[in-house]
Amino acid sequence: MSLMQSFKYKIGLQKDGLTKRKTVTFGDTSAVGKGRIWSIISVITLSLAWYLGSALELVNPIFWPSPSAVWDQFINISQNGYRNFTLWEHIWASLYRIFVGFALGCLIGIPLGFAMGLSEILRGWFDPIVEFFRPIPPLAFIPLVIIWSGIGERSKILLLFFAALWIMVIAARAGVGSVKLSKIHAAYSLGANKRQILKNVILPNALPEIFTGMRVAMGICWGTVVAAELVAAESGVGFMIMAASKFLATDIVVLGVIIVGIIGYSMDILMRKLESKLIPWKGKS
Amino acid sequence: MSDLVINDVSMVFETPSGEQVHALENVSFSLKQGELLSILGPSGCGKSTLLNIIAGFLAPTHGKVVLASTEIHGPGSDRGMVFQQGALFEWLTVAENIGFGLSMKGTPKSEIKQTVDHLLETVGLHDFGEKATYELSGGMQQRVALARCLANDPDVILMDEPLGALDALTREKMQGLVLKLWKETGKTIILITHSVEEALFLGERLFVMAPRPGRIKQEYTLPFAEAGVTQDPRAVKADPAFGAKREEILNMIWEMEEEIMGQTETAGV
Repeated sequence: MSLMQSFKYKIGLQKDGLTKRKTVTFGDTSAVGKGRIWSIISVITLSLAWYLGSALELVNPIFWPSPSAVWDQFINISQNGYRNFTLWEHIWASLYRIFVGFALGCLIGIPLGFAMGLSEILRGWFDPIVEFFRPIPPLAFIPLVIIWSGIGERSKILLLFFAALWIMVIAARAGVGSVKLSKIHAAYSLGANKRQILKNVILPNALPEIFTGMRVAMGICWGTVVAAELVAAESGVGFMIMAASKFLATDIVVLGVIIVGIIGYSMDILMRKLESKLIPWKGKS
Repeated sequence: MSDLVINDVSMVFETPSGEQVHALENVSFSLKQGELLSILGPSGCGKSTLLNIIAGFLAPTHGKVVLASTEIHGPGSDRGMVFQQGALFEWLTVAENIGFGLSMKGTPKSEIKQTVDHLLETVGLHDFGEKATYELSGGMQQRVALARCLANDPDVILMDEPLGALDALTREKMQGLVLKLWKETGKTIILITHSVEEALFLGERLFVMAPRPGRIKQEYTLPFAEAGVTQDPRAVKADPAFGAKREEILNMIWEMEEEIMGQTETAGV
């Protein structure tokens, strides 16, 4: 296949021979491509609309800044910083909180989920606790956390730990529950003991669910950290957005929002890449 | 000798609604080492319960199972299991699956590799050792399951509808493989199946079980497995004697099914 042709397939300009011959495509999801070409067109159109809208001064820049103003702020803040911190320090502050809170949530949540999946007593004991805290949005705890540990790093990390914890408990518990009895029986008949079965059967079998939980938890943590910084912080992307809004610096606000979007999207792509690398057997049993 | 003795085994349990279920009632038989037994019966006849008791996953309410003069109280590597499908570890390669039992025992790597290579050859999966299990067809996956079981060198191999999910052609080929492995390894094999033809072909002895209470209704001693070792499977199955036995057993199962239907209908009224 020529390079040009494989490119056409990739963006959806060309379909394979059999798909082209299908008479029924409405409802046949395998015949509905990803429509990459339309994604490209959509991004270009929206960017163009933004550019033209501000070039023709259709919108007041206080409400929506021009692309060039946002770009200039990007250059400016990454070089000179904003409110005592450079752009990279703001981004790093948010990311650091996520990684620590998320890691703690996994560290406690995964073993707890396993324990709940494997022991009736622990399941019964922790079930009401998990089910009670799970539906509470982590942001509802902000006032409490601030009272406990101020507006510094610790309060954010505590909040994110909370956000990740319940998701990871439930994911790990579901992972343990998904193991087929025949696999466990096979392992016992092959002479494995309980510890070996936990390590070599139950754990690897639960990895796909755990990883899905991690992806969800990452997304929730990112949303939570930005929101928490909006309320109370001294650094971070959320703080940057909030501080700028008080001075009607819409260009910085929009810059912050774009950064939040790009980082959130990148993290999800990264997790998906990691998933297909680390758990190639997912969905293939 | 590693004889298997099932001594007056009964399994009675109560459902949450208080109903007494007699899954097995006074089942007794013994197998000499190297015997090939197939078990056939309608659903609910207790054949899976029986297999699970022999494997050690269930404790009978009465009676005992003795293997090589030792009573069975739980699962062990002296009784290997082959399941219908989906019991392979998809996070391991084919070779790692086959070597699983040995590595759990702490066997040296070089020794595991030797056994695994030999077994890959035996089940016709030479060159497939490094593949992922989900890349293999259903028939090949069952070859891996057989090899994984053999790697542990068990006394008895318990097969729970091992070929049930395969297409007819693959199934026929796999039946040949089971016979070949049986002859080559001299293992005692108990095989549960829904297919009358398979039960006839893969049983030196064949039990037809009946439900309510679960019991052995009829026992046969058959020449077809032995014949299948040397002859073409198709030729063995085309034998009029084979066909006559098949009709006889099918009739028996039909009658049982009608009896069950009658019972549930009266119970339902």
